Amino acid sequence: MKMHLNRHWPLLTTAGVLVALYVAASIAYTGFSSWFQFAQLFADNATLGLAAIGMTFVILSGGIDLSVGAVIALASMGLAVLVSHMGLPVWIAIPLVLVIGTGFGAFMGAIIQMFKLPPFLVTLAGMFLARGTALLLTETKRIEMSDSAGIRALSSVLVVDFNIAAMVFLVAVLVAWAALKYTRFGRTVFAIGSDESAARLMGLPIASTRVGIYAISGVCAAAGGIVHVIGTQAGDASVAFLLELDAIAAVVIGGTVLAGGRGSILGTLLGVLILGIITTIPNYQGNLNSWWIKIVIGLLLLVFVVLQRVSQRWSGARG
Amino acid sequence: MADALIEMRGIVKTYPGVAALDGVDFSLRAGEIHALVGENGAGKSTLIKILTGAERRDRGTVTLEGAAIDPRTPVQAQRLGIATVYQEVNLIPDLTVAENILLGREPRGRLGAIRWGEMMRRAQQVVDKLGLHVDIAEPLRACSIAVQQMIAVARAIDQHAKVLVLDEPTSSLDATETAQLFALMRRLREAGMGIIFITHFLDQVYEVSDRITVLRGGRLVDTHVTNELPRLALVAQMLGKSIEDVSKSESRGRPAADSSQQECLRASRVFKRNAVQSFDLSLKAGEVLGLAGLLGSGRTEVVRLLFGIDQRDGGELSICGESIGHHSPRRAIKAGMALTPEDRRAAGLVPHLSVRENMLLALQGAKGWARRVSVREQQAIADRYVRALSISTPDIEKPVSQLSGGNQQKVILARWLLMEPTILMLDEPTRGIDIGAKEQIELLIDELRSNGMALIFISGELDEVVRVSQRIMVLRDRAPVGELSGENLNTHAVMRQIAGETAGQAHA
Repeated sequence: MKMHLNRHWPLLTTAGVLVALYVAASIAYTGFSSWFQFAQLFADNATLGLAAIGMTFVILSGGIDLSVGAVIALASMGLAVLVSHMGLPVWIAIPLVLVIGTGFGAFMGAIIQMFKLPPFLVTLAGMFLARGTALLLTETKRIEMSDSAGIRALSSVLVVDFNIAAMVFLVAVLVAWAALKYTRFGRTVFAIGSDESAARLMGLPIASTRVGIYAISGVCAAAGGIVHVIGTQAGDASVAFLLELDAIAAVVIGGTVLAGGRGSILGTLLGVLILGIITTIPNYQGNLNSWWIKIVIGLLLLVFVVLQRVSQRWSGARG
Repeated sequence: MADALIEMRGIVKTYPGVAALDGVDFSLRAGEIHALVGENGAGKSTLIKILTGAERRDRGTVTLEGAAIDPRTPVQAQRLGIATVYQEVNLIPDLTVAENILLGREPRGRLGAIRWGEMMRRAQQVVDKLGLHVDIAEPLRACSIAVQQMIAVARAIDQHAKVLVLDEPTSSLDATETAQLFALMRRLREAGMGIIFITHFLDQVYEVSDRITVLRGGRLVDTHVTNELPRLALVAQMLGKSIEDVSKSESRGRPAADSSQQECLRASRVFKRNAVQSFDLSLKAGEVLGLAGLLGSGRTEVVRLLFGIDQRDGGELSICGESIGHHSPRRAIKAGMALTPEDRRAAGLVPHLSVRENMLLALQGAKGWARRVSVREQQAIADRYVRALSISTPDIEKPVSQLSGGNQQKVILARWLLMEPTILMLDEPTRGIDIGAKEQIELLIDELRSNGMALIFISGELDEVVRVSQRIMVLRDRAPVGELSGENLNTHAVMRQIAGETAGQAHA
């Protein structure tokens, strides 16, 4: 039982922080604890959440993906161009954008794998490529889409206060959790992040898994861009600037070790909700400057990485 | 042989400039533990790499149960039934024990979903069959190295391995863990598995193996039934000597160190768990102390402790009369020690820097960045040592990587000599260099000694240690087993101690 606690305590810490934040905010601000605000928390953070899900796969494998924010922008702009300029129906345009996001991620994964390049550099290049392409698509940088019946219809879907963005996020959490726990692909993600050379000697498919990991990050980012378009009824090439860094922060606060091999999707969900609550608080407290948010996130992140290191030393000492 | 499981014939492997294996034959029967032994450069690891698909042979044949095989990767070899367990366990530390046994072969249900219940049940069966007591739901990193190795064995068995290669599995195990592993090995032998066991520990060879194959310099020396081969004969074969040869070797009778000289290094009951057992050592100015023993006997570990690269777990250490508490290489250098490490490429030379720059690294390091040694001074120093050690280089600005091995070794020596140390420790300074350069280094050592320096000398070549040293400390299986000096100092005596025979005990 003691061992059990030891293994799960990073996740428990994250959950504790989340509960404390939620309770504190609920006491301090009337209306914070309402069901509507709860559902809104998922809706508001769906884009970040989707990006963080993809980032969890990447970081578990010991990699990093800096292109996420830019891919969100590219997906957002791409969807707007396909629907508003080219007149494609949303049920064709949305899958097309998802395919493009998947392809973009897979391409980066393939380059990382084939040329044994650091993911940092390849996805940095991907970030510039995707953001540049998003800006290149039109001269306006922003395309209003409130005239698209398809987008309007999607944005009005509501199930017990959960809108489409929140539902996509939650479904993605479930699918990603199952994929990591119940598929060979998922276990290989952990194996690569934990000890790649051992994974290779054990005969695990490294190359295809790595391509798959970055493809997942790409498709998650594309989905994030799509739900953003549905939420704002506009395509925007400058959206989600540096969002990849928020996603990394959410993943790490969620207990996933940046070096790879250890972590969970559940943790990422908690991490996203923690960031979500912190960023919501200024809505209730008008006099609170937004830089407080950054300071709090910075401190939290610092505390969590130090905790991770301490727990690694602890478990390492026994091995 | 009819019952041969693995039959390797005439294996040749050449790396650029070196024949790593030169026509080696090796055979493994089902139901035997076969020890593979040899010193540095014997070709053990190359032979194993060829068998397990990590390297391809240039010539020769390999058959498994009579059928020719040619594995190109370790994974292919595994599919053929040849599994390897390395000293560095190659499993996934963050996944559970159960997964590590079954990774890549997990039981799956509909939609390809892993059936965790079934997986745990199967993994439990495997560990039960091997008599291991581990919690299979634990992450692997929570297990001791010994248990991790046994889990690697369990994985191999679940993959229906017929041949198990254990590459120095006991190097980081304690006695109890080693006993556990041996029990498992015997169990597998009874089940008809063929096990290749690589180790530096002679006691373990005799404890567990049925046959021994000795390699030396990339050639097969011989294969013996273990209990028909006396230890002394085994050591002689590993070191490339015949027993008659050895018994004739005359004692050198070097003059003992001048007893009036001051003691500059003393270690008492110094030890480090899983590295080297408690040893006493004292060294006087103007004396060369040799450390002799087989590869892995603890020679290098002793100097690493003395130099502060590793921390000792206990014991007293004093350098030049000053008692040393927490030790570090920085502290050692300050106290007047210098060490030229065994692997000069990894731990000493910076290949793309010039002869001059490599020589001055330590001196500049000791002075700190603020007190720069001028280029003119540097050139003067470098020129002096190039001449003094007769380093053959056209130019002191030549990158050190372009020099021969012997000359590289002299550059490292120069680096430490210009620090004017009181104690110089040389770990295998003559390995891989030509005979002329060896002689020069031996002469240099003698000169330094007569000028009052204290030296510790390690070499895998017994003759050399005996020639150079006043006293020799002999190590076996990571423990000191004796000290020889004066009339007793000869190759034969050293070999007997290495083999674990007392001087009086006459063995066939």
